[in-house]
Amino acid sequence: MDAEITLTVDGAARTLTVDTRTTLLDALRERLGVTSPKKGCDHGQCGACTVLLDGDRALPCLALAVAHDGAEITTADGLAADGELHPVQQAFIDRDAFQCGYCTPGQVCSAVGVLAEVDRGWPSHATEDLTADPQLTHDEVAERMSGNLCRCGAYVNIVPAVQQAGGVQA
Amino acid sequence: MTDLLEPRAIGRDLARRDGVAKVRGTATYAFETPVEHPAYAHPVQATVARGRVTAVDTSAAEALDGVLVVLTPSTAERLASTDDAELAVLQTDEVGFRGQLVGVVVAETSELARQAADLVRVAYEERQHDSVLSVDRDDLYAPEQVNAGHETDTAEGDVGAAMASAAVALERTYSTAMYHNNPLEPHATTALWDPAAEVPLTLWDSTQGVHPDRATVCRVLGLEERQVRVVCPYIGGGFGSKGTPHANVVLAAMAARALPGRPVKLALTRQQMFSLAGYRTPTIQQVQLAADRSGRLSAIAIDVVEQTSRIKEFAEQTGVPTRMMYASPNRRTTHRLAALDVPVPSWMRAPGECPGMFGPEVALDELADELGLDPVDLRIRNEPEVDPETGKPWSSRHLVECLREGAQRFGWADRPAPRHRDGAWLVGTGVASSVYPTMRQATSTARIRYADGRYVAEIGAADLGTGTWTTLPQVAADALGVDVDDVEVRIGDTEYPIASVAGGSSGLNTWGSALVVAAREFRGKFGRRPEDGDEATGDVDQAAQDEDHAAYAFGAQFVEARVHADTGEVRVPRLLGVFACGRIVNPRTARSQFVGGMTMGLSMALHENSVWDPQVGQVANHDLAEYHVTVNADVGDVQAHWLDEHDPYVNAMGSKGIGEIGIVGTAAAVVNAVHRATGVRVRDLPVTLDKLLTGLD
Amino acid sequence: MKPFAYARPGSVAEAVRDVAAEPAAVFLAGGTNLVDHLKLGVARPDLVVDVRTLTSREISDLPDGGLRLGAASTNSEVAADRRVRERYPVLAEALLAGATGQLRNTATTGGNPLQRTRCVYFQDVTTACNKRDPGSGCSAVGGYTRHHAVLGVPAALPDPTAPETCTATHPSDMAVALAALDAQVQVLGPAGERTIPFADLHRLPGDDPSRDTVLEHGELITALDLPPLPAGARSAYRKVRDRASYAFALVSVAAVVTADGPGSSTVRIALGGVAHKPWRATRAEQVLRGGPLTEDAVRAAMAAELAAAQPQPGIDGGNGFKIPLLTRTVVATLRELVEATR
Repeated sequence: MDAEITLTVDGAARTLTVDTRTTLLDALRERLGVTSPKKGCDHGQCGACTVLLDGDRALPCLALAVAHDGAEITTADGLAADGELHPVQQAFIDRDAFQCGYCTPGQVCSAVGVLAEVDRGWPSHATEDLTADPQLTHDEVAERMSGNLCRCGAYVNIVPAVQQAGGVQA
Repeated sequence: MTDLLEPRAIGRDLARRDGVAKVRGTATYAFETPVEHPAYAHPVQATVARGRVTAVDTSAAEALDGVLVVLTPSTAERLASTDDAELAVLQTDEVGFRGQLVGVVVAETSELARQAADLVRVAYEERQHDSVLSVDRDDLYAPEQVNAGHETDTAEGDVGAAMASAAVALERTYSTAMYHNNPLEPHATTALWDPAAEVPLTLWDSTQGVHPDRATVCRVLGLEERQVRVVCPYIGGGFGSKGTPHANVVLAAMAARALPGRPVKLALTRQQMFSLAGYRTPTIQQVQLAADRSGRLSAIAIDVVEQTSRIKEFAEQTGVPTRMMYASPNRRTTHRLAALDVPVPSWMRAPGECPGMFGPEVALDELADELGLDPVDLRIRNEPEVDPETGKPWSSRHLVECLREGAQRFGWADRPAPRHRDGAWLVGTGVASSVYPTMRQATSTARIRYADGRYVAEIGAADLGTGTWTTLPQVAADALGVDVDDVEVRIGDTEYPIASVAGGSSGLNTWGSALVVAAREFRGKFGRRPEDGDEATGDVDQAAQDEDHAAYAFGAQFVEARVHADTGEVRVPRLLGVFACGRIVNPRTARSQFVGGMTMGLSMALHENSVWDPQVGQVANHDLAEYHVTVNADVGDVQAHWLDEHDPYVNAMGSKGIGEIGIVGTAAAVVNAVHRATGVRVRDLPVTLDKLLTGLD
Repeated sequence: MKPFAYARPGSVAEAVRDVAAEPAAVFLAGGTNLVDHLKLGVARPDLVVDVRTLTSREISDLPDGGLRLGAASTNSEVAADRRVRERYPVLAEALLAGATGQLRNTATTGGNPLQRTRCVYFQDVTTACNKRDPGSGCSAVGGYTRHHAVLGVPAALPDPTAPETCTATHPSDMAVALAALDAQVQVLGPAGERTIPFADLHRLPGDDPSRDTVLEHGELITALDLPPLPAGARSAYRKVRDRASYAFALVSVAAVVTADGPGSSTVRIALGGVAHKPWRATRAEQVLRGGPLTEDAVRAAMAAELAAAQPQPGIDGGNGFKIPLLTRTVVATLRELVEATR
């Protein structure tokens, strides 16, 4: 069953027809040709498709497109829409925080989300004192980035890249 | 001896040339190739582990509006070659393993294709399947050879006699689990069959080698190489699983051929990858060590039992590193296989060395314990003068230096006492050696052309994340004697000259050697002042090749493990490796290779385990929620260091290959550290908390 | 995935009516589990009714000093709420121990407790499973039991062909904390509103493993109410898993300790990863009531609780390790809480 929806993707409004079964990820990749979010598992088990959905990091593989009519989506490509890399992206290059690159756009979007969440004072499993504001320590970043698998094993570079982008000297 | 290039660009810490495309997500992977009006394919898999397809009812699938093609064993084209049973897709009614391809649906959308695939009704005559690996099987057999052409068995002296007469004799059985490569990018292909075109078949395929991929597809489909183009500029990880084409590539080509003119996209789901994309066989390793009181080995032996698929043999060379690693007058290695109703095993990062350095490196730790020796010293005491396997001198071997420097950097001398406790955690440290052979493939050609003031080098090489896009220009620049910014390298397309597979840590050694020959040819023909359009090619077989030395990279890995005293949870806050791998072309990408391999080794040590369910006949935990690979929070401080090793024998770059050695030895070092922390010796990977509970207070 | 109709009605009441009227209808909230199941073929609805923007997203104070969590509040929002962090750390910790940042940003208060088991056989439609396909049997018996139950199962090796056999566990961390907190579930159904004590929401397989909860078709969780904890109560959630993050629990413990006086305390304990439902350890609580929380006392209490436990043999040694692990984890969790209350 088809439905017409409008999504704002990386700043541009796109109207498209989707099957009610179409996930947000497939809408982006297969209907709109927006392939910056990657499909690694299609079941919310790897994080490769992470985008910013209405401002927060989320997994479009587990979202039905039809349920997100009107949503605003920012992909890793959209983070550099004006041609200038986002500080997280620059930090990933500086720290060689990727190898094959397939998990990278998801890592980047996730990192942008992490920095915002820490700014808001959101705690994590690694937060020792739940009542205090969290800091961008190694353990905090590693825990918060654990929803993004990297099979190449770039974690040890991803953590300092996120810290660098968050203004912490690592 | 080879004349080593004078390093100017080589050795520089250059950022990846594909970095911007990768952090933006604009680097295009196989499935994402922009094509006009693609159709989508979804495979149908066998749901019995052994038997025969007796009927396929495709009517419900074909009745769906938007379904374009349904292929089954009775409707699919007959392939030109069915010699390779794994690739003889839809050519037989026989089912050799659960998950085997028994059909494919192509439809206008991916949702439809998947729905229609679910509607294909397959009836089977099911037979009893047999899928349990054990050393007690009476049908174990010796393969003619093991992977990479190694001998199946080797023997020297009399291990039995040495074991009987030694001051200390140790006999232990170790096992490694079944592992799946699980690159983050699923195996995927965009295929276009356009019979009227000059090149009728184009495959944008996720592959570690476009030319080997093409050669296989041509053989299977009965096409000439000029009729097929394979393109792969970026590959989202492979770790060996994309080193040889698996059934999905053939299926994608068949689907495209059934739909001329229409590009077809096929990506395996993560779940499908557990039966169709290869895996590392589980291994059972019976290890024997005999030594005198000083720790000098008088015997070393490994008898390996592992599995292959009944439909196709793959024999992992697990015993091979034991043939050359340490000195001992009496030695034996054997490999025995069980042919089971299981998916086809294949390459996974450091086949042979990775599992094969688990048992022996843990056994050495056990021997050191029995002798009261430092495990670093024990290894140093058994350093061979020459290669024990061939008798050849080493091209260079700095294992001892790696152990010493690693020990110093790690703070090994101050290692905590056994079962040391720090708060809620038991702390221990461990060590193991790493090794990987230095290889160069026989085939590869590079072409260098001068255009618009720049040098353009072309070769069908691959960048799996290894850094090829960045490192080949460094080699070419030094070979040409120009600035690296004046060199552009193009890879990942069969339009470029032939290149070998990115495997065996041989990529840079091989392609770089071809580039050096091409540069020499170019300079020989055109001198220092070429004109636009000047062009030369070079083949790797024209590069000097040393046959007189045994060439290996070596390393030592040190681990700090912490085990929770209440729950047995294991954490590894520190991993430190020191490697001797010849000259490092780019320290930034090299460090990532080492650290990435070590991280995958940590993953193998603590998490990875494809749980084989013999009742159902498949991997039970066939997704990334249950097949655990290490996540960010599992990883602490991972350091890779390397010695400034000068090896004049290996190749013009002086490089030994670094893609695989990082995963070799890590798991043993973790086991050894956990033993030191808890007193529990885990001989069966992975080291999970349930195996440690009995040893806690 | 089979086709389905999608509807986003104008109100919660309408949504309930729509689902109640169609036997093959389901509610959709965050979708992190439902969309997963649509793809796997585990869920095969004809109609998906989206309530994500219909139920309340508010976290509000209740007159009795407790908190009401609107069903549409996300797991991230609840875990980050200052009142939750200060008054119900066990809940914040449980939420933060579950899934990942991305998933918690999407998963909801109403949806999380209703997520279904991660039993690998339940999720694979090519294998027999009484929960997914009633009467087809249970593939988990003698199979991969690492994540399976040891409590609330009748035997170590139940009959795999019996239609009632199911050794699956409930995977939610949040639900374990809610069980220990004596939360109340606010439900709207075709017959009107009702309140269900959280401990009664989930059920054991009984003779119908296909049913996870006592909710009737068309009933929707609209909110969860957290009653206030006694003054001085301390609470914590401890999860033991196979990875440091992003893994389901092997075992988990939610505990609330209130000091009643010198050498006497009241303890609430809920266990996760070990039963078809979040397991309130009422026997252990009884044994410990009014006594000192020494390690020996806790061990004795857990021995009573686990007396009827049935380890499930299976691949890689089965899941018998959960029994000592549960005791060890409860001992460690209570030890830390007692130290914190000193």
